[in-house]
Amino acid sequence: MILAVASGKGGTGKTTVSVNLAKVFGARVQLLDCDVEEPNCHLFIGGNPCSREVVSIQVPGVDESLCDGCGECGRFCQYHAVVSFGGAPLFFPELCHGCGGCQKVCPRGAIGEKERRIGIVETVEADKVTLIQGSLDVGVPMAPPLIRAVKSRMKHGVTSILDAPPGTSCPVISTLRCSDFVLLVTEPTPFGLHDLRLAVEMVKELGIPFGVVINRVGIGDERVYTFCGEKGIPVLLEIPDDRRIAETYSRGELVVDALPEYGSLFSTLLWNIREVRGKEKGAKRVRSKN
Amino acid sequence: MSGAKIEELVVISGKGGTGKTSLTASFAVLAGNAVLADCDVDAADLHLLLRPVVLERHEFRSGNEAAIRTEECVGCGICREDCRFDAINVVRGANGRPKFTVDPLSCEGCGVCVRFCPVKAVSFPERVCGEWMVSETRCGPMVHARLGLAAENSGKLVAVVRREARRMAEETGGGLIITDGPPGIGCPVISSLTGASQALVVTEPTVSGGHDLERVLALTRHFSVPTAVCVNKWDINPGMTERIEEMAVRAGSRLVGRIRYDGTVTTAQLQELAVVETDAPSTEDIRRVWNNLGLLKDLPTKDEVGDPGHDDVDALVAKKPAEKKQGKKSL
Amino acid sequence: MKIALTTSGETLDAPLDGRFGRAPIFILYDLEKDYFEVIDNRQNLNTAQGAGIQAAETIIRAKADCLITGHCGPKAFRVLTAAGVTVYNCGEATVADALNAFKGGTLKPLDSADVEGHWV
Repeated sequence: MILAVASGKGGTGKTTVSVNLAKVFGARVQLLDCDVEEPNCHLFIGGNPCSREVVSIQVPGVDESLCDGCGECGRFCQYHAVVSFGGAPLFFPELCHGCGGCQKVCPRGAIGEKERRIGIVETVEADKVTLIQGSLDVGVPMAPPLIRAVKSRMKHGVTSILDAPPGTSCPVISTLRCSDFVLLVTEPTPFGLHDLRLAVEMVKELGIPFGVVINRVGIGDERVYTFCGEKGIPVLLEIPDDRRIAETYSRGELVVDALPEYGSLFSTLLWNIREVRGKEKGAKRVRSKN
Repeated sequence: MSGAKIEELVVISGKGGTGKTSLTASFAVLAGNAVLADCDVDAADLHLLLRPVVLERHEFRSGNEAAIRTEECVGCGICREDCRFDAINVVRGANGRPKFTVDPLSCEGCGVCVRFCPVKAVSFPERVCGEWMVSETRCGPMVHARLGLAAENSGKLVAVVRREARRMAEETGGGLIITDGPPGIGCPVISSLTGASQALVVTEPTVSGGHDLERVLALTRHFSVPTAVCVNKWDINPGMTERIEEMAVRAGSRLVGRIRYDGTVTTAQLQELAVVETDAPSTEDIRRVWNNLGLLKDLPTKDEVGDPGHDDVDALVAKKPAEKKQGKKSL
Repeated sequence: MKIALTTSGETLDAPLDGRFGRAPIFILYDLEKDYFEVIDNRQNLNTAQGAGIQAAETIIRAKADCLITGHCGPKAFRVLTAAGVTVYNCGEATVADALNAFKGGTLKPLDSADVEGHWV
């Protein structure tokens, strides 16, 4: 199973849910930190670093001896990453999306590709958890290529938990694509509900089954519950608003370790996810039979 | 060239959920008549507290997206081979032969499939990525936006919002812009920072907060934006608060205060009020931070007005077609 | 020699626009022929990113030898320098005043971009 943990609003508890779920999983599990702009899972997981690789994307370069200054590359580029005005082209790699188009359109084959570093991917082994973390170099604007690199290191056949970045735009989509199930973590406040609606729209657009985790139950009001009820969205876990949880988190500790009374919380979540997925699969079988 | 003095405070956080939007709303109230810019275009929340009345709506169009005209597709698969973004899917056509379609959520609008389709079956329309609005609030004018689902150009939309906010500030002869920034360190954040007078990073006393603060401070240094830091919910972990503040100072930023953990912040949110409009205990902490920020205290000379020049944004606003005129005049 | 100037109007009395990439109009003044063209920059800015770059391309294609403006960002500056266009800095002035200052040799050429760029 590939389980992604996302939210609309930042700071609702995605990482808390991801790392604690990984800890209670009970068998080998992969934890992928796809929040490559601000990766935090490693702070809670500990363990031993195993590997560290630099990730690069392909950006164009020109062989000036072959270039005749025709300008076709500059005219093609949709991102103004290639500029040509009679001489050899100028490149702006920070604007480049790595589509390879300029290389393809060059009639002289003068454009080749070279690597441009965007960040690193590291693996850490912590007992039964393998953490695969991406870390975007500061100043690099685009996260999706690094997120794809993190996901490419995922082994199939082992359950994976993906900690997504906040929001609903391209880095989140890159993370969620091809997941089997999404957990949307929210809080029962106006900001939480507003951003949950956006996240629900996004997950529905992606066509992935999902459920909601409500964190900090006790603050705010009932509207998140009403919303989930109206839309038939399963609430798979409620985490109470307990200042001790905030303090545990602030120290970089796992809730399941520091507050044993919450031990069953995350195991229950796993159980609930399996239940809902089981029902989904059953419903799919029924639908395809009819 | 405008000689108006404009200051722009951009409120960011690195890590999400530290309270920057809440704080931005309070600043808006304390400033009284600043131009407000909500640049968290992905998950905008400022309007939930400021209740803007929308005066203008504009479509945000940026880039293009590919669309294969199925009836013309001959199923050669060249598009799928060439696409670097896994944006081409194969489906079974009517006669059992494969047909190809573009997944708009993954398409990055590069144009490769459009150019290299042997039967030219791919359209390349402009993409409507969202909308931006100009509104009025009880605290002043507000520019805000909503990015469409999975849209690519969040950095661009942020630039549009900031450009409009700056234009409005110029029209009123100068003043303050308060910008609610997005979380993270990627393109939308970069786009919200360049050319800002000052960045305020709202952080929290957690290991995650500290880790993310380091990265976002490296970003503001990279773009030469003077940076202030305040620690929200500081009493959750006073030891961590001190460590974070030390790190912030070492990284070249200045400290502007601490805000206590305050459960009544949610009550203000439920009432659609900024915290400083209630009698929440943290109000005095927020006022102190605001005073320490010291905005609009000095009036600089015209030469000091370093306008960032939001290049491409004018086009998204202006609609005049290209013209070329000639004239003869002696000096 | 052709000189490009950034402006918001279509005559030599128009004010010089301080910012290169977002200037709505370029006036392209031919020193020898004492003749100028007006180039509208607004439509060219209607692209996804890199409008400073595109503005640079516009004046290069128009065969400008130098540019007089207020501020110029790093990407545009790089393109202009590569094409051999010298960039001059001028404060608040009309286009006519800026041209006179240029002729009088009182304008300073920039040797690097003088404002931070935007990533876009």
